[in-house]
Amino acid sequence: MTVQTAEAPTGAGVDVVGLERRALAVREHVLAIGAGPIGTHVGGSLSAADILVALYFDVLRVRPDEPRWSGRDHFLLSKGHASAALYSTLAERGFLPREELATYGRSEGRLMAHPTLSVPGVEFATGSLGHGLSLGVGLALAARRAVLPNRVYVLLGDGELQEGSVWEAAMSAAHLGLDNLTAVVDRNRLQINGSTEDRMRLEPLTDKWRAFGWNASVVDGHDFARLVPALRSAPGSGRPTVLVADTVKGRGVRHLEHRKQGHFAKLSPAAYERALAALRAAA
Amino acid sequence: MSGALVAAAQAPAPAPASDRAAYRETLLELARADGRIWCVDSDMGGLEKQFEAELPDQYVDLGIAEANLMSVSAALASTGILPFVNTMAAFASARALEQVKVDIAYHALQVRIVATHSGFSAAHLGPTHHAQQDLAVMRTLPGMTVMTPADAGETARMVRAAAYLPGPVYIRLGRAETDPVYPDADADAEFTVGRAVELRAGGDVTIVAAGSYPVLFALEAAETLAARGVEATVLNMHTIKPLDVPALVRAAATTAGIVTVEDHSLLGGLGSAVAEATSLHHPTRVLRVGTADAFCARPGTHREQLEVAGVSPDRVVAAARAVVRGRQEKDIHA
Repeated sequence: MTVQTAEAPTGAGVDVVGLERRALAVREHVLAIGAGPIGTHVGGSLSAADILVALYFDVLRVRPDEPRWSGRDHFLLSKGHASAALYSTLAERGFLPREELATYGRSEGRLMAHPTLSVPGVEFATGSLGHGLSLGVGLALAARRAVLPNRVYVLLGDGELQEGSVWEAAMSAAHLGLDNLTAVVDRNRLQINGSTEDRMRLEPLTDKWRAFGWNASVVDGHDFARLVPALRSAPGSGRPTVLVADTVKGRGVRHLEHRKQGHFAKLSPAAYERALAALRAAA
Repeated sequence: MSGALVAAAQAPAPAPASDRAAYRETLLELARADGRIWCVDSDMGGLEKQFEAELPDQYVDLGIAEANLMSVSAALASTGILPFVNTMAAFASARALEQVKVDIAYHALQVRIVATHSGFSAAHLGPTHHAQQDLAVMRTLPGMTVMTPADAGETARMVRAAAYLPGPVYIRLGRAETDPVYPDADADAEFTVGRAVELRAGGDVTIVAAGSYPVLFALEAAETLAARGVEATVLNMHTIKPLDVPALVRAAATTAGIVTVEDHSLLGGLGSAVAEATSLHHPTRVLRVGTADAFCARPGTHREQLEVAGVSPDRVVAAARAVVRGRQEKDIHA
């Protein structure tokens, strides 16, 4: 369904049904990975899944058969612990075989629990929080100086914004006028120890970004009709853009939603079946 | 041993010079010739004037934010730019270490980290600006080339040699002017990354030094030793990693043992690297002259800080004599 909003561009031309189908597949992969030998960061992967699908199936100019294509848009998963969602999205997009997802965390495979360069489509190894936005600044600056049209998208966790280096990067992106850089904050409001606002307050979050010189807006991180147009639009105003994507940790699996216990999970066979059933029932 | 060096021993000494100034000039010369070479600054002072005026597209100042500095430089390098990153050794090796490890070293990117104010060269600026740990830290990063020049002339040769090396490079510079080690005639001398320069030949003991004062102290100690009938080989080990193991094996095989000299903690730097290599390839006595495991307590010149911390020509002489006598003395600061 296409929904128009007052503040955002319209969702015209957004294949919401197709994207939702992809997002369901990605979430199914995430749960399967969570049921694997090492488990995974299920909650933050499920909250980020729709953002990744929107980027990889609508917004980003990428070539799955040519991951290092020079004309590509860059994507950096700064919240590297959501690797399960990234690998699943890359598999759905054709960067790697879907069957390979079953090797996640296994010594015979190449899928580490945090993204590494050995995975096609991964541009930078991430996992230590607070690096991705700086990397995005470097990529955006290089494209700007070379007068190239490549855009840069960086997905950050909200808890990650507690790292000081994020704000070093934010300051420099605005100072350098990098309007080819878009940051997306997966604002699921939970970190390991609990609510971000209880542990280390982030609000007023958009005010913070604006004070640092960014275009900042809030968008529903699970509504493709709003999310895709927001991601597509590059303001070109001389400022970088941040979308604070309102998301739900554990999104799609009712009994994991909004629960800090779902941050990391190693799902037993029974728990996996229960989660999968809940996911499909809600779809 | 170069003939020019022998001749220069009798010539009037060239004037003191700054390796920072030599680096700036060399970088500018490299950047003029190759648009891929960028100067990435962090409010260091002295780089901005010429680069902003002459090569603004190859210059960016990221302000006082070293973590961001390293990550941005990694990303620039991933696009084919050759960034020379400028900060102080204390910040490159401690404050921004994780970004150096993960974003630069792990990705094996061609970033050149040029770190000034190394060792005690920040002198009166105090322990916040001293870097007695950077060699130890940097050489544990896989793929990182680690170098430190002995004087301004060697700085220029080293920077040219490093410009197109694969992988990341850490170049450790001082702060103020120091006496030259090489005569002016050696301005175009060959410089090979990973190959020590023999500054003096002698059959009794080998002194292995890295950095300005350490090399000067080694040469001064060698003169003192010669007056007492002890002939020392002096190696300028300008590359700490990859270490010149064949040169160390030759030293171990042909002299009574090795004395190392460095403007760095006794823990983990040149002395440790030499001891590790010889213990594996040709066990011999290695006595290390380096700075004590302590923060400096008082202001002082670079040389005074070193002497208080245990690095001086006299210490090198004492260590060399101990090696020659073959006495099982403990390390000078063990």
